Amino acid sequence: MAGTDRTLRGRVAVVGIGETEYYRHGASPDPEFKLALKAILTACNDAGLDPREIDGFASYSDDRSDASRLAAALGTRRLRAATMQWGGGGGGCCAAVANAAASIVAGLADCVVVFRSLAQGQYGRFGQATGIDTISGEKAYLMPYGVLAPPQRFAMRVQRYMHEHGVRQEALRAIALASYHHAQANPRAVMHGKPLDAAKYDASRWIAEPFHLYDCCMENDGAAALVLVSEERAGEFRHKPVYVLGAAVGSGYRAGAIPHNSPLYASASFDTVAPDLYRMAGLGPSDVGVVQSYENFTGGVVMALAEHGFFRPEEANEFLTLENLIAPSGRLPLNTSGGNLAECYMHGFELVLEAVRQVRGMSTNQVKRNDVAMVIGGPMVTPVSNLLLGSDAML
Amino acid sequence: MSSKASSTYLPAGLPIPVAEPDNLSAPYWTGLRQNRLMVQRCGHCHTWQFGPEWLCHRCYAFDPHWTEVEPRGRIFSWERVWHPSHAALRQHGPYLAVLVEIPHAGGVRMVGNLLGDPMQAVVIGADVEGVFEHRPDSDPPSSLLQWRICQIASIP
Repeated sequence: MAGTDRTLRGRVAVVGIGETEYYRHGASPDPEFKLALKAILTACNDAGLDPREIDGFASYSDDRSDASRLAAALGTRRLRAATMQWGGGGGGCCAAVANAAASIVAGLADCVVVFRSLAQGQYGRFGQATGIDTISGEKAYLMPYGVLAPPQRFAMRVQRYMHEHGVRQEALRAIALASYHHAQANPRAVMHGKPLDAAKYDASRWIAEPFHLYDCCMENDGAAALVLVSEERAGEFRHKPVYVLGAAVGSGYRAGAIPHNSPLYASASFDTVAPDLYRMAGLGPSDVGVVQSYENFTGGVVMALAEHGFFRPEEANEFLTLENLIAPSGRLPLNTSGGNLAECYMHGFELVLEAVRQVRGMSTNQVKRNDVAMVIGGPMVTPVSNLLLGSDAML
Repeated sequence: MSSKASSTYLPAGLPIPVAEPDNLSAPYWTGLRQNRLMVQRCGHCHTWQFGPEWLCHRCYAFDPHWTEVEPRGRIFSWERVWHPSHAALRQHGPYLAVLVEIPHAGGVRMVGNLLGDPMQAVVIGADVEGVFEHRPDSDPPSSLLQWRICQIASIP
């Protein structure tokens, strides 16, 4: 069978999106599973879909809201797909959509909900490592040296990248400023009403050099979900369908060599995954009008954008300026909801929802070029994943 | 004893490293206890490998040998950590972590702390030498491998 036949391009569409209110960590009045249910029902309502028609669930990062429990709670008539993306934390945010899309294209399921629910207040914060006595495996080589939580695990990777390519702190700062700029127009954003400027960024405390406070994602409580159906059914719902144009998952040669032994160390792990995405979509970087790029840390966004061909690493300082990165008509509007830094750390799933809004033309920071929207999931981990979404004009 | 307080770079209370239940990395941790740095090197194709695995990633020979390596290397990357992500580090102040590349062991890398002034300027590429840090009072007893800047530059 010809490789060109095996594609997701144009075969499935997002027809509904929904999220809960987004909270600071520990501030949700609802437990995590209830948040998941609320987000899923909101997404179904957005689509105009009877939730009993859902026949599959897909998530990532070991989401605790189990598919069978969801199916029982929602009265799912028959469950036909339940996929969990291995590893990589937020790097699975696009892979979960790809897995759901693959289930539909392969005929395993017809209507799959993709979601992430996360209550860090209920279950513990990613940013604190207290309560561990002994440790083995990868973390044994790191934690006794104070390399405990994600900021410390990723700072050396970014430091090396900055060293190799002459990237300056101002490039990282521009990414933080763009997220906060967009959050000011987004009432869902946890940082709505809390603007950031260059002076405030520069004066903020170091978390782990080269990361200031504002280079690091938030920790939040909430849930977000979308509904995916086959292209044949895409027109039956309330909103303009948003098509999957391409998706890719994975990482390059021995990216998982621990501890910090991946051959291509100063990388966001998209060296093989970005070309795969463009190949499936039949598109290139210049076709992309708006990008949502997962910010665990701003430095990872620099690498991820370069690896997707938006600029060469040596051009990062000139490309990454606030005016280039903001809607409606910057050179490459980035993280237009505020993303993990300023909307909500919904483990990247808020980025997927924002890409859908952009293609629909319903973002609070709507861009002009909105026929093709990219999502980049989880830089510097493995596996990572990415997505290209687009309007029917791209089919 | 007061000398003990200053003999470790970071305070006690951080997670204590132990081998996995299947003992994959046991030779590494046992080696540190004995002032020896042990790294896997395939007995068949001589490929270096770290962290350890049951299989040589190059030739697929199982159970790569463990070889003692002189603990010297050069700084591949670094970070100065300010925010305490663990209760044991509150009030501790900044500390330095380095990623050290070991050229004579196939370029494998390991993470440790850079001894000395935490505010020192750190230079990528600087030569460093290993210092074994023993923690006989941890439960179980453990040892780490720390690094300090070489006073005499190595011959290129």
